[in-house]
Amino acid sequence: MTVRILSYALFAATIALAGAQAAAMADPNVITIKNFDYAPMALTVAAGTTVTWRNLDGEPHTVVSTDGLFRSAALDTNESFTFKFTTPGTYKYICTIHPKMVATITVK
Amino acid sequence: MTDFDRPSRRGALKCLAFGGAGTLFTLAGGIVVPVDLASAATHKAQATPLFVQISDSHIGFNKEANTDVPGTLKQSIALVNALPQKPALILHTGDVTHLTKPEEFDLAQQILATLAVGELHVVPGEHDVTDGNGGTAFLARFGKASNNRGYYSFDSNGVHFVALINVLNFKPGGLGELGADQLAWLADDLKGRSASQPIVVFAHMPLWTIYEPWGWGTGDAEQAFALLRRFGSVTVLNGHIHQIVQKVEGNITFHTARSTAFPQPAAGVGPGPGPLKVDAAALPGMLGITSIAYAKHPAAATLTDSTLA
Repeated sequence: MTVRILSYALFAATIALAGAQAAAMADPNVITIKNFDYAPMALTVAAGTTVTWRNLDGEPHTVVSTDGLFRSAALDTNESFTFKFTTPGTYKYICTIHPKMVATITVK
Repeated sequence: MTDFDRPSRRGALKCLAFGGAGTLFTLAGGIVVPVDLASAATHKAQATPLFVQISDSHIGFNKEANTDVPGTLKQSIALVNALPQKPALILHTGDVTHLTKPEEFDLAQQILATLAVGELHVVPGEHDVTDGNGGTAFLARFGKASNNRGYYSFDSNGVHFVALINVLNFKPGGLGELGADQLAWLADDLKGRSASQPIVVFAHMPLWTIYEPWGWGTGDAEQAFALLRRFGSVTVLNGHIHQIVQKVEGNITFHTARSTAFPQPAAGVGPGPGPLKVDAAALPGMLGITSIAYAKHPAAATLTDSTLA
């Protein structure tokens, strides 16, 4: 019984120590930009959802849709950009500083 | 370029001298040759034009790889101002700023104003145009020369300079791009020019493919080279990769410059082309400027890279 309580406490403490980054990653509407990748690279959300992008790289990145719908400023480390998607569809976006970085948001 | 016995180029080589600390190498005929600074300093400057390229100043960057980018830009300018032969003009091949911010452009222009040479030509890097619309903030500062198109050409001391812009209208997954309008303008600009006139083409992103996975290249550049190949001397000056990569192909010399702010890893080393942190003692040796000197007959460019220490 004591061992089980201790194990549970240890488990809870580990989760608590995971920190803000883990909390962000656990939020389905937050995309982290790390190592020149958008994660997740493909995200599906319901219409009316606000999506947040947070840059965790030492290099700035942008979030720019290929159809002109949204454009962030250059995001320095730890800076964020948000956009509320109201219309269903598939939206491809790139980083205009590193256009090899490509990802999509699907709005249902 | 396979003829290595031209006295005029050899003379030009010896007359490139730099005040202050610096490693001096010369690219001549595709071979990097170290030049003895002491013997170079004893020669008087010849009456051949000298041009200078600086690049990737990234004003606004403040991370570990260099916490004082205004300082290293000033040191680079000091190196330019200390040249015994005054350059006819300076080319900045882009990424003037780090985040396209107005205060970054302000500070960059303040520092660039300390160049002892008045004629400064600037093309944007992708960090300079993140605000869209062809780079509103960049054009407000530097757009006059091109009537806000970003690309233009001019002549100086018998050399024809072509400023190209390849950091707009990126396609997903793509390399840099010149675009149909700019290529049409280039064709018109070069039409009827004598093949013996030296050409210098300068643009931010490499105009040849150095490393496609990191976007180090320009997708439609071959169309530009189809127009340029007939000329006897073409020098292509780029930046973007924060390190020197060069090649010679027929009459065309390709050269990327060091940054004045921070180095980047060699192609493929690491997750992407981000800032490379090196020891504080090593940093000045990885930042610097490039000089371009012309021998007269035949017209041939000699490139010299020098570092801050």
